[in-house]
Amino acid sequence: MADDDYILRVEDIHKTYGDSEVLKGVSFNVRKGDTIVFIGPSGTGKSTLLRCINQLTVPDKGRVYLHEEEVTNCGSRINHFRQKIGMVFQNFYLFDHLTAVKNVEIALLKVKGMSPEEAREKALFELRQVGMEEWADHYPAELSGGQAQRVSIARALAMEPDVILFDEPTSALDPELTREVLEVMKKLALEGMTMLVVTHEMGFARSVATEIIFMEGGKILEAGTPEDIIKNPGSERTKSFIGQFSGNLGD
Amino acid sequence: MDADFLINILLPALWEGLLVTLKLIILSAPFGLLFGTLLAVGRVYGGFFVNLFCRFFVGFIKGCPLILLLFILYFGLPSVGIYLSALLASVIGFICCNSAYNSEYIRGAILSVKEGQMIAASALGMTRIQAIRHVVLPQAMRRAIPGLSNEFIYLIKYSSLAYMITLIELTGAGKLIFSKYFEPDVFIMIGIIYLALVTITTVGANALEKKLAIPGTQGR
Amino acid sequence: MDVFSIVAEWLPYLLSGVMVTIGLVAAALIIGALLGLPMALGQVYGTRPLKMVIGTYVWFFRGLPVLLLLFLFYFTIFPFLNLDVPEFFVGATVLGLRGAAYQSQIFRGAIQSISEGQMTAARSLGMSRLTAIRSVIIPQAVRVALPGWSNEYPNILTDSAICYAIGVAELMTRTSQIVAQTYITMPIYLACALVFILLNYAGMRVIYHLEKRVAIPGFSGNTSSGVL
Repeated sequence: MADDDYILRVEDIHKTYGDSEVLKGVSFNVRKGDTIVFIGPSGTGKSTLLRCINQLTVPDKGRVYLHEEEVTNCGSRINHFRQKIGMVFQNFYLFDHLTAVKNVEIALLKVKGMSPEEAREKALFELRQVGMEEWADHYPAELSGGQAQRVSIARALAMEPDVILFDEPTSALDPELTREVLEVMKKLALEGMTMLVVTHEMGFARSVATEIIFMEGGKILEAGTPEDIIKNPGSERTKSFIGQFSGNLGD
Repeated sequence: MDADFLINILLPALWEGLLVTLKLIILSAPFGLLFGTLLAVGRVYGGFFVNLFCRFFVGFIKGCPLILLLFILYFGLPSVGIYLSALLASVIGFICCNSAYNSEYIRGAILSVKEGQMIAASALGMTRIQAIRHVVLPQAMRRAIPGLSNEFIYLIKYSSLAYMITLIELTGAGKLIFSKYFEPDVFIMIGIIYLALVTITTVGANALEKKLAIPGTQGR
Repeated sequence: MDVFSIVAEWLPYLLSGVMVTIGLVAAALIIGALLGLPMALGQVYGTRPLKMVIGTYVWFFRGLPVLLLLFLFYFTIFPFLNLDVPEFFVGATVLGLRGAAYQSQIFRGAIQSISEGQMTAARSLGMSRLTAIRSVIIPQAVRVALPGWSNEYPNILTDSAICYAIGVAELMTRTSQIVAQTYITMPIYLACALVFILLNYAGMRVIYHLEKRVAIPGFSGNTSSGVL
């Protein structure tokens, strides 16, 4: 298979904080339209890995390529790449001083340089995509966690990214609110958005993922289709980890 | 500024002035703390009239410039037959000012002490006043320390205003030397002394705060 | 002539000092904010040497009495620079530079109180650090700082009276001029105190409405300081 099939390539990422080596050489490739779900015990570097992809955390070693252009070591061009690599955070990180629609608009105005009319139209369109148009003029503190997370997905979508990184997008939410966020993510996946998702939602992983990557101790232990990983895990570690979530497998 | 001027004229004069400044602070600060506490307790626990009086007093002192308050005490009161020395007028002025500002911090700290503390004290058979004295205030005062030490530093600096009612403290002593010899560097020398005073006090206050902190509770 | 008619006679002269006092306070608040906010940003985001320079500035202006600063600028610094400026200018400069030191600490605390996630999210959208500071951090920091900032107004208002010491024709100076002319003390001092307290009250009302106007539902910066 030719390299140019991949839109994102991650090569041998290492990251150490103080004494602890969080990532010990992680590599994988992403095709357009893939939904890759990262699973594994807490503290195994999954979130750090996502942050290394858009350089919010600078890896000690390793490279990231987007469309064969190097994202690592690119200096101030990183702001260009970050527009192409959206990110959704566990704690939403909506801008607290801006309404929902302005949260979506602000980067369109300040980064993409859109006109206010254009940005407003685009922002409302994206809010509609996540079912939040009616809440456009509400401030983050007035939204439920699920609503806030949907706005933050709209904020990422508005930049028209090639890939979106989801860093435990539902971990801060009640089960009820989790569902509404997962619905939105599922819809995006079906529409062909390329997504990397760190999550503990096995049901989502099984039904939406094109590939599941099981990480432990800063390394990829196993990767494969949901069928492979969940039904026939290759290693004992994967098996016992999946086992803990067996109640969660229903969709 | 030559060495002779510095050693034989300026420093002795500033030393005299510094002693007056220290006297002002030492006479004012304890009463500022005492009355500040009383004002704060009056505002939180006092009845309607006590509360009203305390609020009015604090409002007036905070709204009226300190220099004007000193003028009232020193130049104004003689018109109603009360004659105060410049030192006494200054000290009274500083106590009023210091206690009003202190009371704001102490009041905030009292309000931040959990209600359960008061209930638990009553359950042990303490009177209201005992509970305030032995349970609420010891906790509140610790929390108020950062604010109180700030006000103490303000007191050091604002003690210079005593010069405006003819008391020759540090700033005044320097100003007199300046008026006599026209040596503008005098003010730099005074500045160094104030910076030293304030810096030492800040370090001391931080140490005190650490020392009095209750284990397991945050400093504020 | 009785005391009341004398006070009434001199009242216009006293009140004409109000404009000078307001001018001093406004100049000081504006200079303080214009310098204080960049200083705060420098202290949070700047390089080590920059942080040290700003820290020294703050230490200097917070460590000295207003009276001494006025003397220092009026008798030492401006003459040294060969600048012959009006007393009002000296007063406004001292109150402004000193205000900047205090305001920078209010703004610094506000900037530091904003969660790191706000910067992270802004950078993840491709904003440069500068854009993120300008359009995400500052708008929030200013709102968080507002209650603390509004306490600067009464402080600077009462401090402005110390400009009497270098003869700025503000309220306090005029008050003592009237006392010297009329030999009446208490009524005139009390009238002056009343004017200051009214100015304080009026200013706090304005700030209160300003706070309400920029308030954001559920945003932490909304807590309004009490009005006298």
